[in-house]
Amino acid sequence: MASALINVPAKAKRGDIIEIKTLMSHIMETGYRHTATGEVVPRDIITSFTCRFNGTEIFRADLFPAIAANPFITFFTTATQSGKFEFEWIGDKGFSETASASITVE
Amino acid sequence: MQLRPDTTRRRFLGLAGGAAVAGAVPVVTVRPAEATPAMLASAIRSVTGGAEVKTGKVKLDIPPLVENGNTVPMTVSVASPMAPEDHVASIHVFNEKNPQPNIGNFHLGPQAGRAQVSTRVRLADSQKIVAIAKLSDGSYWSATVDVVVTLAACTEDVI
Repeated sequence: MASALINVPAKAKRGDIIEIKTLMSHIMETGYRHTATGEVVPRDIITSFTCRFNGTEIFRADLFPAIAANPFITFFTTATQSGKFEFEWIGDKGFSETASASITVE
Repeated sequence: MQLRPDTTRRRFLGLAGGAAVAGAVPVVTVRPAEATPAMLASAIRSVTGGAEVKTGKVKLDIPPLVENGNTVPMTVSVASPMAPEDHVASIHVFNEKNPQPNIGNFHLGPQAGRAQVSTRVRLADSQKIVAIAKLSDGSYWSATVDVVVTLAACTEDVI
């Protein structure tokens, strides 16, 4: 059900600053909404997003209910060597998703 | 004697009725978002540990007038060389009037090259947004933007 969209340049020159864009489909239910009967709709959000490059953490985000549905996060990194980016989303109700993307650095 | 078509039709109608009921169940209750300037101050204190927060260096890009608070694009950038000895360690974004003062914490390092993050946020009311950057030397810098929201998010009804 859950699916990720990752945008990483396939190639880069050594030393280039590259932008990484990520989107994970998720409702990000805030836990502050109520049904007609007054019951709270339980919180269901992604709480943590991590990006690792060749096993080293390069970016991490703690997310809160104030992040919109389908969390879209972009950030930058310096291309130093060819390798693999690994992305991980962790959330409520045991939510855990991963994705990866490779880059060739010349 | 054709019993079959009749039973399937009956079953179909039963299912359709059930679906209509399920679709109609959750309806509206609007609760006002809590005003939380004190919570904002305490959330900032929990990040900075009471250290002085100076204004500057941080740029917070967010539309000043927002039609739909459910998804508001936001970009935080910090003027920094991003060198190992002088870089941005983390960026923290807060709001004043959502039910919760935190929006997001972003941890980066010198390898980022550029201290900039973008995401989409929810805003429950017209309010102040504060972005704080922690630099590697332990200093804190901030930027504040006032946003007017016409359709609020977070606490609205379940459709």
